[in-house]
Amino acid sequence: MNNFAYTQAASTKEATTAKEADKQAAFIGGGTTLLDIMKSNIEQHTLLIDINKLSLMGIENAAAGLRIGTLERMSDVGEHPQVVQNYPVISQALLASASPQLRNMASMGGNLLQKTRCGYYRDTAFPCNKRVPGSGCPAQQGDNRNLAIFGTSPSCIATNASDLAVALVALEAKLTLENPKGATRSVPLADFYKLPGNTPHIENQLQPGELITAITVPAAAHARKSHYLKVRDRASYAYALVSAAVGLDVQGGVIRSARVALGGVGTVPWRVPAVEKALVGKAPTEENFRAAAALAVRDAQPREHNKFKVELAQRTLVRALLEVVA
Amino acid sequence: MYPDDQTPDAASAAPQGPSRRSFLKQTGGLLGVALAPPIASQAEAIADKMAPASPILSGQTNVSLNINGQAKNLRIEPRTTLLDALRENLDLTGTKKGCDHGQCGACTVHLDGKRVNSCLTLAVMAQGKQITTIEGLAKGEELHPMQEAFLKHDGFQCGYCTPGQIMSGVACVKEGHAKTDGDIREWMSGNICRCGAYPNILAAVREVAGQQAKG
Repeated sequence: MNNFAYTQAASTKEATTAKEADKQAAFIGGGTTLLDIMKSNIEQHTLLIDINKLSLMGIENAAAGLRIGTLERMSDVGEHPQVVQNYPVISQALLASASPQLRNMASMGGNLLQKTRCGYYRDTAFPCNKRVPGSGCPAQQGDNRNLAIFGTSPSCIATNASDLAVALVALEAKLTLENPKGATRSVPLADFYKLPGNTPHIENQLQPGELITAITVPAAAHARKSHYLKVRDRASYAYALVSAAVGLDVQGGVIRSARVALGGVGTVPWRVPAVEKALVGKAPTEENFRAAAALAVRDAQPREHNKFKVELAQRTLVRALLEVVA
Repeated sequence: MYPDDQTPDAASAAPQGPSRRSFLKQTGGLLGVALAPPIASQAEAIADKMAPASPILSGQTNVSLNINGQAKNLRIEPRTTLLDALRENLDLTGTKKGCDHGQCGACTVHLDGKRVNSCLTLAVMAQGKQITTIEGLAKGEELHPMQEAFLKHDGFQCGYCTPGQIMSGVACVKEGHAKTDGDIREWMSGNICRCGAYPNILAAVREVAGQQAKG
């Protein structure tokens, strides 16, 4: 790992100001993604700004919804009784992520900014438009088994790797962002992530110096009755081939509201409103789930090795929906 | 570099490299607008009172770590991971370097009682925390119950992953994640064993969990 300078910021203002002043600086929270990619020469930073002393903690469950400070660790949120009870899909997505050690380290905000696991991005011997803009995308014709079938472009088909983001997008979570002037803004997580288009190196809406300070999730009946199902090559500690975050509000045998997002298949966490619409007003039966799931993959654009995800996504979705009404 | 440096003021000595003044000069654009005429020294003096800037550490830096109950002062660069500080600077080679990317768990240690990958932890960020390594588990000649259980159940072949497995196993039981075999498999999944001693590792963790459940 190339050398860098280090500072521990005493305030959010100090952290954001320092980051804005130095384009080569990065915030460090848990460091699990950042140090990994710095060791692999994927990114280099001259200054790391440690944000762990900032007052950005707290898991607050109120009638209106859930608020999570960005520095809360994945393990603490995943096992928080209020999250387990009222937002099971978030808890399950977190506890299906990474390993217990990494979950003890990784912050919530950092999780949402984690880098893709695309092998071409991770190996600096290859071109990659995300890592070196304009250099090319060998994944299009190369080994693309783990890569995306939704939201792709000729420049990039890298999958967003976060489980948490899939659950949060399904539940219409918002991020609070604070800039160096001390101003905050609230951005729906679904809008925060940018499709690759021809600028896959620009992954999100963050402006220079801006920091994620909190995540908010609106309370809802479909949030309380929700589930995360992750399908992997091995039983645990692996990235999703396909995952589904679902939430249903069923009253009197009829689905009143539905939330559905897919992971492991999109360049961004992939919410599927068409499926949600198709489910509302229907009975929660396997037949109806199958019909709705078929709508999820209408726009799929698989490549040579990831065609299996088209069928797997539908089956994962149907099983997740069955699980939530079981 | 200086693992035996126990001078009490070593950690509080002035940092080297870019100072808070040069840091302020880089970030002083806003202050220049707010304060007219923008005399740099005045602006800095006021800024010091308003929002004290934190020091920027670079190059060889004094770092103070609490490892297995002992204070250790060392001079290392900010990029030095806790794993490298333990192995290269402090001769605590029980903690193993496997993948160095947080994928194998061989480097598992406890920070304030929580298991973490020391390869993805900067030593400079572990200051002020209680660090426990495999060397800190035994009480003199008396092995920790998890160490005893790994011996009894033959929870290893080559032994390279074992310190990480044991540190993870101790945490797994303490967290309450060792109630069933399925739980143990899931919550030990961050520790890879290339020899495939998993059934024996499972037996060892299960036994210690059972002992503690009985009290």
